Amino acid sequence: MRLLKRIGFRLLVGIGVLWGAATLAFAALHLTAGDPALAILGGPDARPTQEVLEQVRREYGLDDPVIVQYLHYLGRVATGDLGQSYVLRVPVLDAIGEQIWSTAQLALIAATTAILLALTIALLTARRRPWLRSLVSGVEVVLAATPTFVIGFALLIVFSFTLRLFPIGGNSGPSSVVLPALTLALSVVGTLSQVLRNELEEVLEQPFILTARTRGMRDASVRVLHALRHAVIPTVTMSGFLVAALLGGSVITETLFARQGLGTLLLNAVYAKDVPVVLGVVILSAGVYVVINLAVDIAYSLIDPRVVTA
Amino acid sequence: MTAEIRASETRALRSVARPRVTLWDLRPGLLLAIGYLVLLAVAFVAPDLLAPGDPLAVDPQRSFQPPGGEHLLGTDDSGRDVYTRIVHGARLSLLTGLAATAIATTGGTVVGLIAGLGHRVLEGVIMRLLDITLAVPELLLALVVITLLGGGTSNAIWALGVGGIPYYARMVRAQVHLARRSTYVEAATTLGLTRLTIILRHVLPNSIRPLVVLATIGVGSMIGAGASLSFLGLGAEPPSPEWGAALSIGRNFIANAPWLVIVPAAALTLTVVSITVVGRELRRRSEGRTGR
Repeated sequence: MRLLKRIGFRLLVGIGVLWGAATLAFAALHLTAGDPALAILGGPDARPTQEVLEQVRREYGLDDPVIVQYLHYLGRVATGDLGQSYVLRVPVLDAIGEQIWSTAQLALIAATTAILLALTIALLTARRRPWLRSLVSGVEVVLAATPTFVIGFALLIVFSFTLRLFPIGGNSGPSSVVLPALTLALSVVGTLSQVLRNELEEVLEQPFILTARTRGMRDASVRVLHALRHAVIPTVTMSGFLVAALLGGSVITETLFARQGLGTLLLNAVYAKDVPVVLGVVILSAGVYVVINLAVDIAYSLIDPRVVTA
Repeated sequence: MTAEIRASETRALRSVARPRVTLWDLRPGLLLAIGYLVLLAVAFVAPDLLAPGDPLAVDPQRSFQPPGGEHLLGTDDSGRDVYTRIVHGARLSLLTGLAATAIATTGGTVVGLIAGLGHRVLEGVIMRLLDITLAVPELLLALVVITLLGGGTSNAIWALGVGGIPYYARMVRAQVHLARRSTYVEAATTLGLTRLTIILRHVLPNSIRPLVVLATIGVGSMIGAGASLSFLGLGAEPPSPEWGAALSIGRNFIANAPWLVIVPAAALTLTVVSITVVGRELRRRSEGRTGR
């Protein structure tokens, strides 16, 4: 019951966040983007006649008072209608729907790789010899500080141009996803494994670890069976960082590797000042964040019942 | 166990006996980082000292010269000297990072102070707004600002700065809450100081002190983000020697002239890493832990 209550509350908060994002998007759309009717007709270069402008204003409801437009906008967003792209001439939702799977696939592979890598590094290096720890944490600092596109360039030069193992870009076949996914994964793995190892080291000093050891358990089993579970709980909070980093990073990675996807769609919309598409992607990313947070919260309560009762 | 106790004892003794930082406490990585930053500072203030040439001087006869010859780091597609361009690009790249961080920290401090000191309702509204921006990655926020304002260096700086405000605002607010509950503010209140005096003299300095250290690290990531925007064609534009812009051009020649990518990428990465390393050391010292 408590869990349900908590989920309900979280859901409300999430809806609030989305409502806020939509409101900010509406404000951005109407306060700063110039004349929307002109933008719909293709920008100032289109030189439309006054009648055409009026007609567009009537069709799109731009004559209505702002508050009416706002409510209409909220209603449309709530039903999944994010408006029409100025440039592509298709509904924003369709444009996003066409591209989302490529990016989701990329992000999912990258996230899995990053988490597995971080877990392995943390398990192998927590509370080990000082030189090993400082070596690994040095690499982590460098990785975390290196801009995503520099990582991508390094992988391209080594694996595509020198070793010729993977294609330099595109969306064709599973081999084309390797380098972009690895780029994204490496851009987050430094931060992830740092946090994870710190947690793991703290857990490894707990009395119950000593108990497990005195029972004659091997070091590897102690780490994997006892310590890991406790270390993972606080790092679940990192999923917010992970989602943001993967979404932001996909813009860079997709450009670098000439991949189709949300990032490319967004970037082309930014170049063309296609405001509805840009804001649509922003609202979508807020939505993803809300859903992930909700899922994390539920997972949290399941892993660690103390969260709910506290 | 006893060894550990003894180790912590010596550590404690050492920190009491030698509070000053000696050269021995600095580690090689840190020294390298500081050395690189000194070079960068020179390139920032007086690039002609390091590279007297013109970063935009074109010489089509000598395009795509590999590094090592007459040109130390080779030449680009128009025969411009890569070394000269890298040195002169430092100012633009650093300026972007510094200015964006300044905007983010100033905005963050103002918003955080208002949230931390203002009425509960106001605080609630601000925090919810910050929650919303937190749901959107910083790069996406920057892209929204650029869509509305247009590209170019100064707009990119504003976009990055505004995108960074929520992060600092949350931190300042948390610090303000800590300061408000502290004994020194209680003492100041008992002494009868006015609210404004307490805020300016006690709450503000104590709230932004941790921010200063984090902002140091922030400058590094802002430099990286600024270069990313230029790389995407939304910041400084070629033929500007800015590193991100240089990378976006070098990218086209990566197969035949990889140094056009490697050199600016290395300069950029070394910068961000150096600033991060120094910033982490500052943070460690400010938290009262020295050495390791």
